[in-house]
Amino acid sequence: MAAHTPPVINVKEMTKSFGSFVAVDRLTFQVEKGEIFGFLGANGAGKTTAVRVLCGLSSPTSGQITVAGYDVWTQTEQVKRSIGYMSQRFSLYEDITVYENIRLFGGIYGLSRRQIRERAGELLSRLGLEHQRDALIASLPLGWRQKLAFSIAIIHRPGIVFLDEPTGGVDPITRRQFWDLIYETAQTGITVFVTTHYMDEAEYCDRLCVMDEGRIVAMDTPYRLKQLYGAQDMNEVFIKIARKEI
Amino acid sequence: MKRFLGFVWKEFLHIFRDYRTMLILFGIPVAQIMLFGYVITNELKDIRIAVLDHSKDEVTREITRKILSSGFFILDRTLDSAGQMEEVFREGKVKEVVVFPPGFAENMQRLPGVDIQLIADASDANTAQLVVNYTSAIIQNYLQNRISETSLPVKVNAGVRMFYNPSLKGVYMFVPGIMAMILVLISALMTSVSIAREKEFGTMEVLLVSPLRPSQIILGKVTPYMALSVINAVSIILLGNLVFGVPVQGSTVLLLAVSILYIFLALTIGIFISTLARTQQMAMFMSLFIMMLPTILLSGFIFPIENMPKILQWFSALMPPRWFIVVIKSIMLKANGLLYVWKEVLILAGMSLLFLVMSFVRFRVRLE
Repeated sequence: MAAHTPPVINVKEMTKSFGSFVAVDRLTFQVEKGEIFGFLGANGAGKTTAVRVLCGLSSPTSGQITVAGYDVWTQTEQVKRSIGYMSQRFSLYEDITVYENIRLFGGIYGLSRRQIRERAGELLSRLGLEHQRDALIASLPLGWRQKLAFSIAIIHRPGIVFLDEPTGGVDPITRRQFWDLIYETAQTGITVFVTTHYMDEAEYCDRLCVMDEGRIVAMDTPYRLKQLYGAQDMNEVFIKIARKEI
Repeated sequence: MKRFLGFVWKEFLHIFRDYRTMLILFGIPVAQIMLFGYVITNELKDIRIAVLDHSKDEVTREITRKILSSGFFILDRTLDSAGQMEEVFREGKVKEVVVFPPGFAENMQRLPGVDIQLIADASDANTAQLVVNYTSAIIQNYLQNRISETSLPVKVNAGVRMFYNPSLKGVYMFVPGIMAMILVLISALMTSVSIAREKEFGTMEVLLVSPLRPSQIILGKVTPYMALSVINAVSIILLGNLVFGVPVQGSTVLLLAVSILYIFLALTIGIFISTLARTQQMAMFMSLFIMMLPTILLSGFIFPIENMPKILQWFSALMPPRWFIVVIKSIMLKANGLLYVWKEVLILAGMSLLFLVMSFVRFRVRLE
């Protein structure tokens, strides 16, 4: 399937440095349409920095980067319109209601009133939140909030959604449910770019990119990575990679 | 535009859903005006005094009567000896003792004249100063009248008239001062805190990733506070006028325009603070300590700028409220037009521009 569509994310030699500290060092990778692409690495490996550059939250120091076919350097506005984003920190407004949050973000992404109404209805019924429509976000359990935040992040049907450690602090069952949502989303053709440091989550990705100290140290499907390192699971892969690095 | 309006509406929801914010926005201004108007006053009223009269002749009785009939003083007791004074002051109710020496009326006719002793309780220095000034003014007045009645051919009467505030009401000072303080506090504090909150909760990132432009985000955050601050300014002026009789002699339009300029300045300061502060607490701390205390102390609101040491006078020139107070006093009390206050208005406008540019630069740097 990847053969006839150009990659949705195309990164060549992307570097981001803060002063003399190089946070992201000459990354080169491509992400295909509809893929679930995982960025795996310890804290401080440069995952978040890389995602922030791809989303236009910070500008790269050098490199060629296109997201959804638009150049990150020159077509920032178009890039912003074609992506969704959810960060590790919770990102809905707690003191306004579920529906008001949906309406706000729908409005920000330029959806019409009717579109907002329709999509809000779909979204709430899919999450089973119809009765919480007018509840304040603050009153929802964390797991539900994360699922809702994710659904709102893709309410404008972007080509790509970036998830920066979306399941931090969430219990394993909810995390599982969250990944069901991610699968459903990928099935609709939305590319999912996710960063994580949970090894079990890494297994769910179509393709993985393991980062360490700002560089890519391994990139392949979870299956092939396990083969390559002769490991039972991703945890072992990660430990072997880390050891080799030392 | 629709995106922007939706965003502004959200900001209003934040404000209206949070009763603490509402309380700060609308409760504090009213409470402040009432407090300053009724409680904190530097006018004298019903001060308790004691009289120690060693001569008890018709002149000393006359003077005592004059002092008491002025309305400022109440006679707490009369003393018989100087030894009682200490005890009276220790009790704390009596603030001043007036002492007449023996043979007052007779000695008054001869050189070198007579002395009246005014002894005040200076544990509260300001009150003591005021009490003594008031008393000696009354005595002077009485003596002058008496001398002119008797013989002297030449007399000098100082006719005093207080312009713009004939009865020297403290509220005339406080209403402009409070306006300056409240507006800077609400605008700077509330905007900086609400922007810092977006940063703290991570919603700022989501907004920056969205198609909203940074300038739209900032404008959207600021617009509601602009609207509410204007309402506040109007209600402070109305309250001052209806409850305390502080007049608005000059052009209402000019007054409003200057207030809006000042609110705008305060908002730009708020934005600037939010580019420095990472959390709500930091933003609040910075707003309070950078803005509020200096406003009260250095703006000339309570303490006259002319009496400050030179260095503090320079600092005071950096305080936006200082210029605002000058302008609105001039408009409210003296009915002055733009011709008289253009310099101050220009300074306020310049300060707004400065903070706007500085915030813009900071914002850029942060995005890098």
